[in-house]
Amino acid sequence: MRQPVWKTYKLYIGGKFPRTESGRYEAVRDADGALVANMSRASRKDFRNAVVAARSALTGWSGGTAYLRGQILYRAAEMLEGRAAQFVDELQRLGLSRAEAQSDVERAGDLLVNYAGWTDKFQALFGSVNPVGGPHFCFSSPEPTGVVAVLTPRRIGLAPFIEAIAPVIAGGNTCVAIVPIEASVAPISFAEALHTSDLPAGVVNVLSGHRSELLPHAASHMDVNALAVWEADGDERRLAEQLGAENLKRCFFFTPAAQDEVTGNPALLMRFQETKTTWHPVGT
Amino acid sequence: MSASAPTVSTHLARVLDANGSAPTSPISGGLRYQAPSIDEVGVAERVARFRSRSIKAESKRAAIDLAMRMIDLTTLEGKDTPGKVRQMCAKAKNPGAGAPPVAAVCVYANMARVAREAVQGSGLHVAAVSTSFPSGMSSLPLRLEETRWAISEGADEIDMVISRGRFLAGEDNAIFDEVAQIKEACGPAHLKVILETGELQTLDAVRRASEIAMDAGADFIKTSTGKVSPAATMDVTYVMLCAIRDYFERTGRMVGMKPAGGIRDTKTAISYLVMVKETLGPAWLSPDYFRIGASALANDLLMQIVKERTKAYQSPLYFSAD
Repeated sequence: MRQPVWKTYKLYIGGKFPRTESGRYEAVRDADGALVANMSRASRKDFRNAVVAARSALTGWSGGTAYLRGQILYRAAEMLEGRAAQFVDELQRLGLSRAEAQSDVERAGDLLVNYAGWTDKFQALFGSVNPVGGPHFCFSSPEPTGVVAVLTPRRIGLAPFIEAIAPVIAGGNTCVAIVPIEASVAPISFAEALHTSDLPAGVVNVLSGHRSELLPHAASHMDVNALAVWEADGDERRLAEQLGAENLKRCFFFTPAAQDEVTGNPALLMRFQETKTTWHPVGT
Repeated sequence: MSASAPTVSTHLARVLDANGSAPTSPISGGLRYQAPSIDEVGVAERVARFRSRSIKAESKRAAIDLAMRMIDLTTLEGKDTPGKVRQMCAKAKNPGAGAPPVAAVCVYANMARVAREAVQGSGLHVAAVSTSFPSGMSSLPLRLEETRWAISEGADEIDMVISRGRFLAGEDNAIFDEVAQIKEACGPAHLKVILETGELQTLDAVRRASEIAMDAGADFIKTSTGKVSPAATMDVTYVMLCAIRDYFERTGRMVGMKPAGGIRDTKTAISYLVMVKETLGPAWLSPDYFRIGASALANDLLMQIVKERTKAYQSPLYFSAD
């Protein structure tokens, strides 16, 4: 009998797959109590390292062309499609039915393609040329907010994860995603697909961990520009806004869309954009 | 060169007599220094141990403070302006966040006067790089003249470079003589001798160059100019610290150490402090005997200080760039 080769699920930080520096892990089990995987339990130091990676990736990612970002996101969808069977299998082991798992993975791919399309179009939709009383051109255009910490939904699946991170990176931000351990198997696997999509190291960092442990550090970190908390309860919301006030962090709280929603939401994308308005004299 | 300055041949005679061994035959017209050969693997393993020390919170706070007081805050760019130097001096005197002042500012000689005026009365030292920094590719009289000029402009510490080309060509005596003469030109100013270890190829060469520099009168030996990669590494610093220790045991004189370039974060700086303590002992854990040539490190230390106080991770955005 062949010795089984079990996959070690680790973290995804700065284009590498390190174990958590804390050495902690937690078992994820299926409904029958059988072990699915041992997942790393990320610490605040892992989070700090991920923010450093995200910060150093920001200039390249936000400064590159929007078209290239779109191509890379589309490429990620291609990689996901090629490994769909693996993701379906992982989700089934976590208790989804085959049909549920399949539709989740398909929806994840569709969302990626949709946001890939938005990368070089939302500027035209949300930017403007402003009428002003004087010999000036005045135009407003969206620019990425910066490093965004995303606390992804608790629901098991790949689509909820994509739904949370795709609008962030499509707009040129970099992100540190904190995924609940019980929902982290597919997202950590998906990091491998991202890794082979020409996505620059550090643009997406994925940590499996406890929200209660990591949220205070994400909210108080001075080098995080925005915080997106999915399915936040009242306490989490209060904590995020209180600690985030120190560096005027933008804090957003989201509820997942209906599970059959496959189009990206440009309004969501715009939450992670700042508006820059430029005045320019006419005729020079 | 005056009669009082030591010469390489008198020194070699002393060393060889002390060891009781016969002089080696001259190589390409000059005597080669005898220095112990270095086990590179052993050094790497020893250094890895320094990196793995666990530092508790209280010790860390003390170490951050000490590291800050050991910094030679440095700007060595062709684009340096008096304004930039004054700004750096202001930061050197008062880094902010309740941190202590650094040890010295390190500038090109033509900025020494500006720096001296800016730090007047603060007790900070002004270090000027000299002797055709960073290459050293010039004539010795010019390099001596540059050193005297740097001191007349207000420098009280001189960071000189050795002629690496001549060292690698085996002219140990020429290196000894240039260091000795520049030390003489320095007068009361402290002399730091930059070996530029990134160009010396082997740890054996680093050890030999360290011994030559110390014998010739260096007050400090320094790893690098910061213009060559690799700059300071823990491996070469460890070899130099061992040379300092052996020199102290032989002569009773304490020579200082200055790693420069490549020490950018608090964690690395603390590893260096651990290494100094465990190699040379606590007497060297002072700005008089250990300096860190750095610019980016200061901000990382400040970020750590604020982080320890507020418990929130900091961003470089909120600390002045220079």
